[in-house]
Amino acid sequence: MFEFSTKAKQLAIGLTVVGAILWVVGFAMNGSSSHEADHGHDAHATEMQADAGHDAHAEEAHDAHAEAHGAEAHDAHAEHENDYPGEAHASMIESTYESDHADAHGAEAHDAHAEHVHHQRQNRPWSALYVAAIFFLGLGLGQLFFLAIQYIAQAGWSAGLLRVMEAQAFTIIIPLIVIALITFLGLGHVHHMFHWMVEGINIEGHENYDEIIAGKRGFLNPTFFIIRVLVYIGGWVWAARMLRKNSLLSDSGDGVEMWKRNRKVGAIFTVFYAVTSSTSAWDLIMSIDTHWFSTLFGWYTFAGMFVSSFAATILVTLYLKSKGLLEWVNDNHIHDLGKFMFAFSVFWTYLWFSQFVLIWYANIPEEVTYYMQRWDQYKVPFFTMLSLNFIFPVLAILSRPAKRVPGTLVMAALFVLVGHYMDHYVMIMPGTVGDQYGFGLVELGPILFFAGLFIYVMLSNLAKAPLLHKNHPMMVESKHFQQ
Amino acid sequence: MGHTKHNPIVRALFNDDDIVLSAVKDLRANGFHVSEVYSPFPIHGLDEAMGLKRTRLSTAAFFYGLTGLFFASWLTYYTMIMDWPQNIGGKPNSMWFLNMPSFVPVMFELTVFFAAHLMCWSYFAVNGLYPGAKAQNPDPRTTDDHFLMEVELEGDEDALNKKLKDLGALEISKIEA
Repeated sequence: MFEFSTKAKQLAIGLTVVGAILWVVGFAMNGSSSHEADHGHDAHATEMQADAGHDAHAEEAHDAHAEAHGAEAHDAHAEHENDYPGEAHASMIESTYESDHADAHGAEAHDAHAEHVHHQRQNRPWSALYVAAIFFLGLGLGQLFFLAIQYIAQAGWSAGLLRVMEAQAFTIIIPLIVIALITFLGLGHVHHMFHWMVEGINIEGHENYDEIIAGKRGFLNPTFFIIRVLVYIGGWVWAARMLRKNSLLSDSGDGVEMWKRNRKVGAIFTVFYAVTSSTSAWDLIMSIDTHWFSTLFGWYTFAGMFVSSFAATILVTLYLKSKGLLEWVNDNHIHDLGKFMFAFSVFWTYLWFSQFVLIWYANIPEEVTYYMQRWDQYKVPFFTMLSLNFIFPVLAILSRPAKRVPGTLVMAALFVLVGHYMDHYVMIMPGTVGDQYGFGLVELGPILFFAGLFIYVMLSNLAKAPLLHKNHPMMVESKHFQQ
Repeated sequence: MGHTKHNPIVRALFNDDDIVLSAVKDLRANGFHVSEVYSPFPIHGLDEAMGLKRTRLSTAAFFYGLTGLFFASWLTYYTMIMDWPQNIGGKPNSMWFLNMPSFVPVMFELTVFFAAHLMCWSYFAVNGLYPGAKAQNPDPRTTDDHFLMEVELEGDEDALNKKLKDLGALEISKIEA
């Protein structure tokens, strides 16, 4: 039986409180510095120039090349020069994701631009809180789904780990509450994170009218959105509670009967989650960039959540092992968790690349703006998160022995966790704060806040029940699991 | 496998995989050297019980994959950038790096191709499996429902024979080195 020590409790509460204070302080400081909006405008102009320089360079290279292939080839090249994303940048970036300031560089529109930058700055504390909330939601949600799969796949090896997954599944509740709060506040125009929530966006003739978003009104409207968010919360929390309840009941009753009940719950939840994992990704993340859409987005978000939840499970399991608990979990189980983390970091990369390469290759303006903004404004986090989420885990835990050594696994898990925080950051921030991003108090605060709550919910739930799911019908198989 | 044997070999035939596994453990614990076991199917835990070293095939596979990756990079560079640059969808063809995303499928496939094929061939080469190779199987029944164990005879032959009989061997025969 695990005991939630006072020291751990203090740490968890301390993190939560410090995180909350940092965020509030950051929020207050952020409000007072909004007059610097002009500065942002300058930076933007400089960036355009830098881009122009880049194009000139590309053209040079092309010229040298074209010479070798004769004048005809040169013409063909020159014609297609316009297709090069960098060149199209100036026109496209203006027309789409900053459509409201198509002529922001003209003198008379300067004020409009300044106001937009002001909004972006105001969004930053909210977005930072939102990024952390989505990230920590993934840590619990991934394991909730994995827990359901254990039952419907009749998995034996994991029986000794189910209590860890159950406790982790409960960590979805607080991020869900925060997510609901932030999105509902957005509907009340407290912040401007979601483009489609802007007042009058669907009313023809209104100054904020946007034809594309008005066309999506059937799905993206406040009433339906609130219903959907509540359905997600209801369905997911229901599954987490039911799976836990039946599992606890089996300790004093019929293990096989409770296992069968959980199998039903798992089956229902899996079907429910198959739909809601996609739609929640559209609602909570993709609708920030309302003009843009990707059919792969749901899976891509899910894969990121799934892999980071394995990283968290590995850390928690190894923590419990280091306390001398979970003695029935041996190298083979840890190895399997490592394999899942490895496999799904590759799977995430596969989906990320599938989404990226099709958009990059087709180069359709309405799609490609999404990556152009990330390329122009978020190059460092964009590439850092790619290497953290793919290259580092592959190099660290590709080999079999590495997955059986706690040290390398912990290292890889930390890469994955940091990488997927950044992945969510790169998903959410560009659409809400544009180039007004950074990493300061407002970003650090929510991470500490949710980390503290994650630790608290996780460990207090672990302490509530024996770690051994003793009447699970496949417990013996799990203890003898070997590979 | 394939190494020169200096001691005579005693062959024992069994008809159950669990018996073979426990026999191997027992013999090794008593200082005998089990040089080979023939089985119609893989027996879980047998390699560990026999004290076989872990295969280095996976390490080789990593480098084979790396070779494939470099080969694909060179191939796409040579064909698509250097020798005959083509304008495909307006993608930049002056530098390999700028057009790299379109080469990723090629790089991925050739990495897998090299790793898989070279690993397969390495396995054949190490085990002496080439076209026309003679079967090394001493008894055809081990391809059906029997298990054959080879133990090096280092000391008292009768003691070993008795031990094997006790462990459940059906037939025992001696082969001079």
